[in-house]
Amino acid sequence: MIAPAVVTGLGLVAPTGVGVADCWAATLDGKSGIGEIGRFDASGYTTTLAGEIPSDEPSERVASRLRAQTDRMTHFALTATELAFADAGIDPDTVPEYAKTVVIANSSGGAEYGQGELEKLRRLGPMHVGAYMSVAWFYAASTGQVSIRHRMRGPCGMVASEQVGALDAVGHARRQLRRGSLLAVTGGTDASLSPAGLVAQMTTRLLSTSARPTEAYLPFDRRAAGYLPGEGGAILVTEPAPAARARGVTRPYGEIAGYAATFDPPPGVDRQPTLRRAIEQALADARIAPTDVDVVFADGYGVPELDRREAAALGAVFGPRRVPVTVPKTMTGRMYAGGSALDIALALLAIRDQVIPPTINVTEAVPDLPFDLVVGARPAAVRCALIVSRGYTGLAHGYPTFNGAMVVRAVD
Amino acid sequence: MSGRRTVITGVGVVAPGGVGTRAFWDSIVAGKTSSRPITLFDATEFRCRIAAECDFDARAAGLTAQQIRRMDRAAQFAVVAAREALADSGLAGALTPERTGVSIGNAVGSTMTMENEYAAGSDDGRLWLCDQNYGVPHAYGSIVPSTMAAEVAWECAAEGPVAVISTGCTSGLDAIGHGTQLVQEGSADVVIAGATDAPISAITIACFDALRATSTRNDDSARACRPFDLHRDGIVLGEGSAVCVLEEYEHARRRGARVYCEVIGYASRANAFHMTGLKPDGRELAEAVRVALDEARVDPTQIDYVSAHGSGTRQNDRHETAALKRSLGDHAYRIPVSSIKSMIGHSLGGIGAIEVAACALTIETGVVPPTANLEVADPECDLDYVPKEAREQRSDVVLNIGSGFGGFQTAVLFASARRAA
Repeated sequence: MIAPAVVTGLGLVAPTGVGVADCWAATLDGKSGIGEIGRFDASGYTTTLAGEIPSDEPSERVASRLRAQTDRMTHFALTATELAFADAGIDPDTVPEYAKTVVIANSSGGAEYGQGELEKLRRLGPMHVGAYMSVAWFYAASTGQVSIRHRMRGPCGMVASEQVGALDAVGHARRQLRRGSLLAVTGGTDASLSPAGLVAQMTTRLLSTSARPTEAYLPFDRRAAGYLPGEGGAILVTEPAPAARARGVTRPYGEIAGYAATFDPPPGVDRQPTLRRAIEQALADARIAPTDVDVVFADGYGVPELDRREAAALGAVFGPRRVPVTVPKTMTGRMYAGGSALDIALALLAIRDQVIPPTINVTEAVPDLPFDLVVGARPAAVRCALIVSRGYTGLAHGYPTFNGAMVVRAVD
Repeated sequence: MSGRRTVITGVGVVAPGGVGTRAFWDSIVAGKTSSRPITLFDATEFRCRIAAECDFDARAAGLTAQQIRRMDRAAQFAVVAAREALADSGLAGALTPERTGVSIGNAVGSTMTMENEYAAGSDDGRLWLCDQNYGVPHAYGSIVPSTMAAEVAWECAAEGPVAVISTGCTSGLDAIGHGTQLVQEGSADVVIAGATDAPISAITIACFDALRATSTRNDDSARACRPFDLHRDGIVLGEGSAVCVLEEYEHARRRGARVYCEVIGYASRANAFHMTGLKPDGRELAEAVRVALDEARVDPTQIDYVSAHGSGTRQNDRHETAALKRSLGDHAYRIPVSSIKSMIGHSLGGIGAIEVAACALTIETGVVPPTANLEVADPECDLDYVPKEAREQRSDVVLNIGSGFGGFQTAVLFASARRAA
């Protein structure tokens, strides 16, 4: 019998707030973190709105020297990890060094730091590129820094699959817990909103160009015309259930009960898209039936064709029972690997407080959605939640190819 | 865990010195070094002006015009290597998509494309607000490394778990390890696993210049990478990819596949010490080796050959020599330990997978590749590093170790099919 992997601590750094209390309260209130981009003048861009972290707190909590040596995505990871440890009430030093795992996803590395050093390279010459560029920008930076900061010497890694990254990371962390780790810090953070990062994102032609925050990102709405980007993420402290119990944790947030990842075939071949299979495999992995799922945290691209595909997959899995579906990303934008991490955290909070957070701004839902779109915070019996995520790759056929699904469930 | 075993049934390589597994192997067995003055960009102003480059012609390698346009060089390498590996395995066109995964290691992404896109958008760094009118289609693919795995997945018609594993310089070994675990746990029957990097761009060279980590033997490029040699002076960057077909043992046996070797152990540990620094005691790397041996249920004395990290820095050479003594005891002195980076450079995330390909070929051919340029042994490094010339020796159990930025330390163990049967 494999011990369940349970989540015992959450650290949230989101456009809707920093820390569980602030972020969750704003989320339930439907308070959007989306606004005009403030870190640089985006007024000349076709996309001017995003979900930015509202304060400098997450960066300021990182010691000044380390702050200067790391990108914003790593500031978020370090701060979210501190918050998650505090929330879990665990001192990581009490866990054997080789039994501590770190797996933190991001989608695109340290965008702002990278742009700064590229600028020095191009404008001033190679001798002006700083020594910390090599370790600030690369994809494993956050995992490495968290490992060092907390002396975590077990199997560490980083998984990249764009928005699905955090689901893959949490799945990977669960794998390490099953193989002997006693503590795993996992999730994802992203901070891709540098000018160069945003311009690269715009080349996908999937971003919304609306300048109205309440109308710009409308998944499953008949007015849907693209998504908005966001930044931030969430870190989860996970442990094998017996280890959590042994240190006195009586009420973990929940169990990472099921997980699966699939990949879509290219266009023009006679094969079905695979999101439905990812969901079915995650349910099978959790040994539950579709009827056991109390709420779905949908991917919700806000791109009509992609919304149709997701709705079709959910309809095929859940049939006519009108499962409740929500897209809290409408308050943050798509935070890439940080976004799927935040969805996992919000699903666990929904289980804790027996309330489904809302999808905001969607007032003209497309007709005949095969599910019940939750547009206002709704008290509900939530024991089991499904998180769905898709990742875009730049293959430039206009649709994401990575699919991930995760089931989290209350612990008895 | 479940008793499912993972074997390598196909290999594909794009490396300096040879595109294609055979050309690569012939080149390193001949002890040929492939480092040279950088041709991929104008490196005149740089501290280090040499690298091990691939003579790679994407058209000749079989890529289409559209693939070439949308893919960075690193993704191109991976797709070409994957195609060769799949053909080699005999599984081309015969995979079950749902049961096929992809695990591609990559450390630094598409730096060549990213840099070019940035240069255009920023007008050579003059504009902090990059001009959106210069963002070309596919530019997003150059900032998300997951593109590498996605391209390989489409190439191989894989629809199972697909991801990029990014752990800096150990990415290649960790991607093979991850793929092995996917097969073991039953998430896939076949995983197309490997790694790729094409980091010979101005930004990467500038990063290593800033760290003063690369060799400045600019006028003697062929002899610049000298792992374990007293006169070493740093890393020589390389580029390339290798991809292996990892297959569940019974799946391979049923179809009568040729088996290069079995992946019998994998472990990674972190030193939690420094993003780039290594302590000379090799403690965490030794622990990774011990755990991999444990998983494989292999005694240190059964190891026949070690494919070393051997990056060409004094810090690494001391660190890994200590780690091998710590984990293997006196047996460390009795077996050959060599670094193919001495010939094909350090291709960051890519190199681990290229080393795995070399381990598979070492087991298959009974030849141990040499450490080139090892002329004056460093007294602090007193193992048998197979200086300059390949050696005929049957190897049934092979250990591959890697170490890198972030403090990550990885060990992978392979055993011959003779032993696996």
